[in-house]
Amino acid sequence: MHPGNRTTHYGSRRSGCWSLIATPLVIFLLGPILPPGNGSEQASGKVTDNTVLLAMATPVLLLVLIYLIYSIIAFRQPKGGALEGPAIRGDSKLQTAWIVITSVLVLTLAVYGTVRLEAGYGAGSGSGPKPLTVPKGPKLPVQVIAQQWMFTYRYPTYGGVETPHLVLPEGEMIELHVTSIDVIHSFWAYQLGVKADANPDVDNVVFVKPTKLESFDVHCAELCGIWHGYMYDTGRVVTPSAFNVWIHEQQKRFAPATKVLPKYSTTYLPEPTRRGE
Amino acid sequence: MLGKKLAGVGAAVAVLGVLIGLYVAAWATSQPPTVAAVSAPASSGGNQLTLETVAAIGPKYSPSHPDWVSYLARRNGKWIHSTIYTVPANSIVHVTVYQYDGDTGLRNPFLSQVQGTVGGTVRIDGKTLSAINPEEASHTFVVPQLGVFVPLPGVPEEAKDQCEFAPCEGAAHRTIEFSFRTGAKGRYRWQCFVPCAAGFLNGLGGPMQTLGYMDGFLNVV
Repeated sequence: MHPGNRTTHYGSRRSGCWSLIATPLVIFLLGPILPPGNGSEQASGKVTDNTVLLAMATPVLLLVLIYLIYSIIAFRQPKGGALEGPAIRGDSKLQTAWIVITSVLVLTLAVYGTVRLEAGYGAGSGSGPKPLTVPKGPKLPVQVIAQQWMFTYRYPTYGGVETPHLVLPEGEMIELHVTSIDVIHSFWAYQLGVKADANPDVDNVVFVKPTKLESFDVHCAELCGIWHGYMYDTGRVVTPSAFNVWIHEQQKRFAPATKVLPKYSTTYLPEPTRRGE
Repeated sequence: MLGKKLAGVGAAVAVLGVLIGLYVAAWATSQPPTVAAVSAPASSGGNQLTLETVAAIGPKYSPSHPDWVSYLARRNGKWIHSTIYTVPANSIVHVTVYQYDGDTGLRNPFLSQVQGTVGGTVRIDGKTLSAINPEEASHTFVVPQLGVFVPLPGVPEEAKDQCEFAPCEGAAHRTIEFSFRTGAKGRYRWQCFVPCAAGFLNGLGGPMQTLGYMDGFLNVV
């Protein structure tokens, strides 16, 4: 065997060993602090998914990086003269292993991602007006209405009252109906692991079950005009009893507006005004 | 010889690049002047902000967009084309809007209810209301982060002396008065939620997307 080949194999083994040792450390140290946290079942699911992705990507990344660093040191140009490196010939074992491993990784992730998406009822993303999978049991419908540049929220089971802030009860399955009344937006409730397109004339259904009493950030995640960066708000997850008190207060407070709202519908397409074309 | 020519061309390109850069930087950082609220009469306390809304700003205030709808603010007895206002923190701000524009209607009728003002009401032509007909809305003055939502009704179509261009003093108008309490210091954006940009798709372009017309900042200091 050419001495260079021995060095190459030594480098490969070293990279492999370090990858095997470091991967569990990376997963166990970084996994628990990965975004978006544990504010809902869907957010926790995303943490799990991010951990799985990290677990699969880390050995590949470490293998490449460690071997690169090793190569820079072991195969550096010696002082005093330019030497030809060892001739590189095709290696059918290495090529086969490379193709098989990458194929298995990509296919596994594709299957895993698809299963997780549907088993998690859309995993916090919008599934359009007719989701393939729907959680069993009672659900609280809440409509998210986007417009330039604010989100408002309607609660159809509470007289269709509309509110300027989103408040949700802890431990209940929420059925969000995300839509827009002007241009395209995206409803992003970070700590809840929800990110769904808000498109005009589209009812984008998202399921989320908040599991933590906390405040969460709401942002628009689709560039939607001059004040896109200011299209944010803070929502709250409260106990079911506190939610009950809050929603009845909102019904009373916004009674004048509720009277003039259009009948609840999954989408709204306001008539063009006399100013609009 | 060729070297000198190349150096000359290079220098000309560099100068042109700098000039373009300066122009773009000046355009990107330009903003309307700031108008500070003035002390309100002792009887009411707090600070006073006097505004005007017009269907067309006119060539005097905006030669490039004379037909755009806009807000103006009163400073030292003169109307200024500005939508950046300075108000004191933790204080009462009294706002008077002279509304010279016709109605357009709200895309979201929810915004027809007054919110976040003192008493949750607005005085329109001397009458105290907590909501208006959403179809009669001409504009809104909304500061979402402060929770202030005030709909402004339009001048009826049949009214005589409709204003053509700003300033509109003497023309048919609605007088809208409200007060709100500012909170902590900060820079809050405010905007009109009525799609009032005539000639643009859904009334949402042009002056609705340009600082200085139908949106601006409230500097709470």
